[in-house]
Amino acid sequence: MSSWFSTPGRKAGWAALALFIAAPFIGIYPVFAMKALCYALFACAFNLLLGYTGLLSFGHAAFMGAAAYGTGWLVRSAGFTPELGLIAGVLVAAALGLVVGLIAIRRQGIYFAMITLAMAQMIFFICLQAPFTGGEDGLQGVPRGKLFGLISLESDLTMYFFVLAIFVAVFLFIIRVVHSPYGQVLKAIRENEPRAISLGYNVNRYKLLAFVLSTAIAGLAGGLKTLVLGFATLSDVHWSLSGEVILMTLLGGLGTFAGPVVGAFTIIGLQNFLADRVGSWVTVIIGVIFVVCVLAFRRGFVGEFIARRKKSSAAEPAKAAAQVEAHA
Amino acid sequence: MTEIFGIPIQAFMGQLMLGLVNGSFYAMLSLGLAVIFGLLGIVNFAHGALYMIGAYVAWFSLETFGINYWAALLIAPIVVGALGLVIERSLLKHLYKLDPIYGLLLTFGLALIFEGVFREQYGVSGQSYAVPELLQGATNLGFMVLPNYRAWVIVASLIVCLGTWALIEKTSLGAKLRAGTENPALVQAFGINVPLMVMFTYAGGAALAAIAGVLAAPVIQITPLMGSNLIIVVFAVVVIGGMGSILGSILTGLVLGLIEGLTKVFYPEASSIVVFVIMAIVLMIRPAGLFGKEK
Repeated sequence: MSSWFSTPGRKAGWAALALFIAAPFIGIYPVFAMKALCYALFACAFNLLLGYTGLLSFGHAAFMGAAAYGTGWLVRSAGFTPELGLIAGVLVAAALGLVVGLIAIRRQGIYFAMITLAMAQMIFFICLQAPFTGGEDGLQGVPRGKLFGLISLESDLTMYFFVLAIFVAVFLFIIRVVHSPYGQVLKAIRENEPRAISLGYNVNRYKLLAFVLSTAIAGLAGGLKTLVLGFATLSDVHWSLSGEVILMTLLGGLGTFAGPVVGAFTIIGLQNFLADRVGSWVTVIIGVIFVVCVLAFRRGFVGEFIARRKKSSAAEPAKAAAQVEAHA
Repeated sequence: MTEIFGIPIQAFMGQLMLGLVNGSFYAMLSLGLAVIFGLLGIVNFAHGALYMIGAYVAWFSLETFGINYWAALLIAPIVVGALGLVIERSLLKHLYKLDPIYGLLLTFGLALIFEGVFREQYGVSGQSYAVPELLQGATNLGFMVLPNYRAWVIVASLIVCLGTWALIEKTSLGAKLRAGTENPALVQAFGINVPLMVMFTYAGGAALAAIAGVLAAPVIQITPLMGSNLIIVVFAVVVIGGMGSILGSILTGLVLGLIEGLTKVFYPEASSIVVFVIMAIVLMIRPAGLFGKEK
């Protein structure tokens, strides 16, 4: 594990984990923390695609939402245990991801974004009209159930640690993937696709696998969110959520591990905080953050932090060298 | 003949007509997107919002100043075009050297801002706008009754679309525009002010969206969300047509409107997804779209 992280990154990771474990005991409302963790997971899944592979999916909410409905319906109406419901949700999202990916992978850049958006809209209409989704009302009253049929998740505290455990596991999994040879190929595709092709990589297969992996994790986030809150609604599949997850990732820092998490907590926290105070202005504020991010803050919080660190650590040896010169 | 495929001909033709009207809006909006994308390389996500603002300008000028429909048809594109100028000068011009994805994201943010402001101002319930006096009533064509206003929408949008097409394909200004999309540096060297051209192209595209908005005002409910509901279908139209092709976006827009109308007759549940299904099929056969060139 030591090679995965730079030392400061590892320290920050342990500190963050300690904070997450302590969170419900230091007055952070567990349901809020769980919701934010679910969106953080979603943003990490999205970042795997845009940050490390260079594919902008503008329809990621569809996969999160479809899994939210899938898990919700299976747990509520078919009596699935939560872990089976989650697995089923992941499979639903991955299967949809495979179909959408196969079509979208054929085009690049901006076209890829628009195709994923349009395909996601198709999934939205299916969710709106399918007989089991409850239409405009959504799927209500999903129980959290008993984990493995044994541990009741009804208590917020138990549920919180269940969500946290899944989150940490998937977070480490993503780090592992990015640092694997497979992840290196993904980065090569992001940097220079023609070169990756000329090196003999079957680029489309790599991209498709990244897409399916990302949609599967998005599905896990969706299923978890349904279990936490007990419902799935159309706003889970709506394209505005696809926009929000882009913002979370961009604001936190594209292509950094912690970025999406920081971004998700910032946006969800902001929405929670602003919802009662400013009404519809939330949309405007989110829009302004978007514009500012794109114009002046493209590296995001974490990206900016890393860049500053690098700069100062690069400056120090130079300074030392300059001093030596001066003394000589 | 009173029935066609077991459906009363009146209803059948009525849906076809509605489809053609929708297709007119698709055509006008995807045309504006194509023009902007062609020269600026920016996918204008705010296009739907500009369309919405066009409709609100028409509604607002009637409610507040009693300015009629025909004047609004002139004022709205000017107002929205001016807004386009401001957007281009203050925001978009910083992005031309970056990945086009940033243009998409920035205009997405803009769309959120516009929608949010209008929702705060006017709520989500719709406003209605009366059909102008000259175009009230309907004409009986024998096989169907055609509302005059809808006929006007189709005619007007065809005029706008073909006018834009002629401007770009047949005039020397259009030639410069097209040259500017190919090689801005070279065109600049010939003494043509490319940044100015870019600026007015964005304004022109915005004005096109506003005209569509005014034309739509009497046939739909004007709401802050009317643009975002439409824009994704228009994106699909653009992908099917092949982005950047002017004629492609006009034809695809009209035809897809018709197909959507037909679907409403035979299988209403599928009408909201038929465009996306067609998109998927077209992409499997021709990844660059029907009229697009493979890059």
